[in-house]
Amino acid sequence: MQFMLLFSRQGKLRLQKWYVPLSDKEKKKITRELVQTILARKAKMCSFLEWRDLKIVYKRYASLYFCCAIEEQDNELITLEIIHRYVELLDKYFGSVCELDIIFNFEKAYFILDEFLLGGEAQETSKKNVLKAIEQGDLLQENQSADWGGLPRDELL
Amino acid sequence: MALKIVKGSIDRMFDKNLQDLVRGIRNHKDDEAKYISTCIDEIKQELKQDNIAVKANAVCKLTYLQMLGYDVSWAAFNIVEVMSSSKFTYKRIGYLAASQCFHESTDVIMLTTNQIRKDLSSPNQYDTGVALTGLSCFVTPDLARDLANDIMTLMSHTKPYIRKKAVLIMYKVFLKYPESLRPAFPRLKEKLEDPDPGVQSAAVNVICELARRNPKNYLSLAPLFFKLMTSSTNNWVLIKIIKLFGALTPLEPRLGKKLIEPLTNLIHSTSAMSLLYECVNTVIAVLISLSSGMPNHSASIQLCVQKLRILIEDSDQNLKYLGLLAMSKILKTHPKSVQSHKDLILQCLDDKDESIRLRALDLLYGMVSKKNLMEIVKKLMLHVDKAEGTTYRDELLTKIIDICSQSNYQYITNFEWYISILVELTRLEGTRHGHLIASQMLDVAIRVKAIRVFAVAQMATLLDNAHLLTGNMQRNGICEVLYAAAWICGEFSEHLENPLQTLEAMLRPKVATLPGHIQAVYVQNAAKLFATVLQSQKDNTDGTTAQETSQLMIDRLPLFVQSANLEVQERASCILQLVKYIQKLQQKEVEVAEEVIALFAGELNPVAPKAQKKVPIPEGLDLDAWINEPPSESESEDEQPKAIFTKEEPKHSRPRHTEVDEKELARRREARKQEQANNPFYIKASPSSQKVYQDTPGVEHIPVVQIDLSVPLKVPGLPMSDQYVKLEEERRQKERADKKKKEKKKKKEKRSGRGKKHDSGPESEEDITPAHMVDIVTEEMPENALPSDEDDKDPNDPHKALDIDLDKPLADSEKLPVRSHRPTEVQKSPDGDAVSTLQEAKRSIKEKKEKKKDKERDRKVRFAFKCHLLSNRISARYASSMTKTSHLKVFNDSYLSFAFGRRAKKRRRRKNTNMKKRGWIYSGISQTSPSSNLKDPVYDIQGNLQDGSQVVVSVIFENKCDSFLKSMEFNVLDSLNSKLQRPEGAGAHDGLTVPFQLPPGVSNEARFVFTVQSIVMPQKLKGTLTFIVKNEDSSTHEKLDFKLHFTCTSYLITTPCYSDAFAKLLESGDLKGSSVKLEGINMPFHHLLARICFHHHFSVVERVDSCASMYSRSIQGHHVCLLVKTSNQTVSIDAKCDEPALLGNVLDEIKQTFSECDCVHG
Repeated sequence: MQFMLLFSRQGKLRLQKWYVPLSDKEKKKITRELVQTILARKAKMCSFLEWRDLKIVYKRYASLYFCCAIEEQDNELITLEIIHRYVELLDKYFGSVCELDIIFNFEKAYFILDEFLLGGEAQETSKKNVLKAIEQGDLLQENQSADWGGLPRDELL
Repeated sequence: MALKIVKGSIDRMFDKNLQDLVRGIRNHKDDEAKYISTCIDEIKQELKQDNIAVKANAVCKLTYLQMLGYDVSWAAFNIVEVMSSSKFTYKRIGYLAASQCFHESTDVIMLTTNQIRKDLSSPNQYDTGVALTGLSCFVTPDLARDLANDIMTLMSHTKPYIRKKAVLIMYKVFLKYPESLRPAFPRLKEKLEDPDPGVQSAAVNVICELARRNPKNYLSLAPLFFKLMTSSTNNWVLIKIIKLFGALTPLEPRLGKKLIEPLTNLIHSTSAMSLLYECVNTVIAVLISLSSGMPNHSASIQLCVQKLRILIEDSDQNLKYLGLLAMSKILKTHPKSVQSHKDLILQCLDDKDESIRLRALDLLYGMVSKKNLMEIVKKLMLHVDKAEGTTYRDELLTKIIDICSQSNYQYITNFEWYISILVELTRLEGTRHGHLIASQMLDVAIRVKAIRVFAVAQMATLLDNAHLLTGNMQRNGICEVLYAAAWICGEFSEHLENPLQTLEAMLRPKVATLPGHIQAVYVQNAAKLFATVLQSQKDNTDGTTAQETSQLMIDRLPLFVQSANLEVQERASCILQLVKYIQKLQQKEVEVAEEVIALFAGELNPVAPKAQKKVPIPEGLDLDAWINEPPSESESEDEQPKAIFTKEEPKHSRPRHTEVDEKELARRREARKQEQANNPFYIKASPSSQKVYQDTPGVEHIPVVQIDLSVPLKVPGLPMSDQYVKLEEERRQKERADKKKKEKKKKKEKRSGRGKKHDSGPESEEDITPAHMVDIVTEEMPENALPSDEDDKDPNDPHKALDIDLDKPLADSEKLPVRSHRPTEVQKSPDGDAVSTLQEAKRSIKEKKEKKKDKERDRKVRFAFKCHLLSNRISARYASSMTKTSHLKVFNDSYLSFAFGRRAKKRRRRKNTNMKKRGWIYSGISQTSPSSNLKDPVYDIQGNLQDGSQVVVSVIFENKCDSFLKSMEFNVLDSLNSKLQRPEGAGAHDGLTVPFQLPPGVSNEARFVFTVQSIVMPQKLKGTLTFIVKNEDSSTHEKLDFKLHFTCTSYLITTPCYSDAFAKLLESGDLKGSSVKLEGINMPFHHLLARICFHHHFSVVERVDSCASMYSRSIQGHHVCLLVKTSNQTVSIDAKCDEPALLGNVLDEIKQTFSECDCVHG
């Protein structure tokens, strides 16, 4: 996997993870281009598109789009599976995850992603193990209360 | 301390945390930029505080802002500070920020090396984990080189959590630092059998990714992966392995055969679509790589196609898409199996998802045959009508044209039909592809001569109805077809039924609204039509029509003369003047038709697009040679080029045309005719095919191509291609019936023959004959055109560097560098580190800068530390070999002089005995027990050219004493790198019996074979010779210790090399350079060269004055090139070799030779 992007229906970037070295300018360009292309696609369309020499696999969960760029020979279906797993992990961790959880705890979302994928490859296929690692990490971290005052929650799953 | 914490939390109460920032941004939707800039100011203040918690909070906010697109590169150093916090909470944030914000050009990255190393060896596995994760995002070549060894160690960590991460990150390290691949690979391979499934899966991942890029180096792992595949149940792992096999099979078809069965089993059994899809893809890859025609594999293809059909029929759009995608792969090799699913593919054209429709279109492209082309195109035309949205419709249009025109119109049996399709396509409104249709029309009309009559008629209709196409003119791309129409009507006007009418259509005032380039074509072709009209009226005694036509031209052309477009203007005024002149002649009743038509005589042949590029350079023409005398140096530079071009060009180019005399022309024409007659693609020179108006007697020969035009041409609107489909069906049916009849007849005639084959099965490709015989003229190419060679890979592909042979044993020089700034500290246990990281980091940046200045020195320092560290850290296996070599290296210097000092003498002796073998290598001897005065074994080391890992050592045993020597046993203590070859069954420490006895004063020679793995380092082996000294009265057992010295020189073999090959070698860029200077050499240059040649097995490639190039090759094929220069007793040797370590040692040895010589001379 070359990179993963999460963005909202409004085209706001919520998370980005790049597994290939690119300049900030290039990253911004790619993000803009992909967000536009994907948002322009109709709901009934399939989740794959060819873009430059890569394949883009995306899926929409509630108001959030999860989008991965993979290489020519990579398997699209397993990439969808990775996306789904990640959403499930977020869901388990936050408990009925919604876009706001990811916005306000974006670093947590990254930590979970980093436990699940490393260098663009799935490192742990067991959800239980990923969550265990995150919990252990959190134990080391002091507790912080999370409260973002009555904003509407739109669950992803 | 407690106070500090309280203070910290009080500080934080007043700070904005991340949540506040996010909320703030959401509340300032209108003035987001302004709000954020105040936030950034706050953050800058926070970063100035000492409190790490405040800093971490600030960095966390910055990471968020970075995602929003703000530049935070200015805070890179603060990120490093937070990374180096001892608290996991902050460390984690620091690493996250680094992984999001750092990239290769971030200069503070080099500050992090030590911090990361410390974190990697932290006792807390989560510290390690977070460091590995971060590193995976921002690893640079420097970090990769410096940390490769640490990460490799972590691959054997006790915790699977760390092992797994370390294994995965190795892939990134390999990409950045390819040299690490070979040393790390054995351990990576071990991890394939790790007890933890996560680690195993990580190792599979990494190896698969590596192997996909450079499969040939991983073929030897196939059995291991095969085992894994049949035993694993983890779909993630299986997918990777199966993908790997997909990459390996093209290299090893036997593997493919073996794979088919387990893969088909998986296809049958799995419920996971992703796995199924991967299996199908790999089976396809396997079948592509296997030679076709294996009966039992058609079953596998059938299975794949069936499964794909299920995918395509699925309601899930994703599966449908992938099914079509995979289907197109099968199509390439097994078109028949896919063609039977034409119905399904055509259905997909109705899908609501455009990407699926486009995939289906791609498939159709490959599915057409002569038989179904018309049908498929008919379906597509329906879709064109239905299609909403111009992009998809344009896509359809291009696909239709692609499908029809593919492989030189291979599938078109009826070009009238195709022209009709093209004409129908012109009805598309708002398409961007007018030029595409136009170029097709031109191409077909020019190359398919039989169709010209039809094409011209259709084009005339188009021109007549131009107003239909050009509704809203300029922005309408479709008017491009008028360009083609006008040109075809003009160029092939002899086929026009009513040229005058077409001429009239082309000169309508409305034409002036067309784009300029089309108008220009109109004007030019109006002139051609005018010529044709005159020609047709030639025999008409009443000249009114001709004169009327001239008048028409004179009336209408002024419109174009006023055109703003220069091209139109120029052409129009030329032609107008011409017509006026003709009119004058006509009024004088002069016959002008012949002369006017002569203006446009001659055939225009299609020329291939690359033709010009492919004109071979004629023999004897040197484009680099000066045409004139080269300019003399004295002349000023700016004037020079002018003089060449202005004076000379006209002289050269013009007269040449006239040189060709009539005879020569006739001869050439004859030759061309001959060639055309033999060219199957060329229309045979029937008089009709050329414009031969000049020789009128030929006219009556013109055989009018008889086309069975069952479609009335005079349909006032536009032709209907559908009618052709029907007609074609009928025609084919008729043909089939005829054929059957014939066959029946044949059968009757030849009852005994095996006629059953020809039964009326489904119509096969070959059965379909074209409606009328058409020749497709190939585009012209120059004679002897060179085949194009365009096969360039992307030189920037990072994976290219990883094309490394992994089966070759590891050489010592390849060990991963272990670096440290302070060697004393490194030997401490990793967790006992108390140095303030930041200070150290700052110091390291200084050091780094120094290093850049003097990389050479740095490398030396690193090398010296190597053995220290390795013995502490790396597994015993690596350590032992490492320390040994480096000890040897240290040892060498003192040892060498002795060894070489002896050698010169031995050499002379050798020569006397007339040993003439090339490639014999003399090397030093040493007797560690000088007390023994009995013998003086001299030995040669000879590389074995056939086997790059074998060295033959010939030892001469000479008995200098008065006693009889017998039962001699030769034994050497093997090193990891060099081993004495012992007979099978012998133990690793057994000696070899010397196969002779030595009477007093006698000498004899014995040979021993050694296997050597790496030849880049000199090596020394300790050995013992045991023997029995027999006197008349007694016999004593004695022993002699010796050392065998394998210098690097001894691995070189004198190999001659030509200077051009030598130059190529140097240019290749594969070689790394090094140089050495020898002072105070006062011997003649040729002696010096002879010495290098003799002692170090070089050969002189070229010598110019006091400069010479020399070459030698190692037994393992390394090239060693030297450039030796001398001046004033100083000899400088610049050397290049593909193995820097070997080169370094050879140079050291050369230096040694000369320092000794000096001693001798002095």
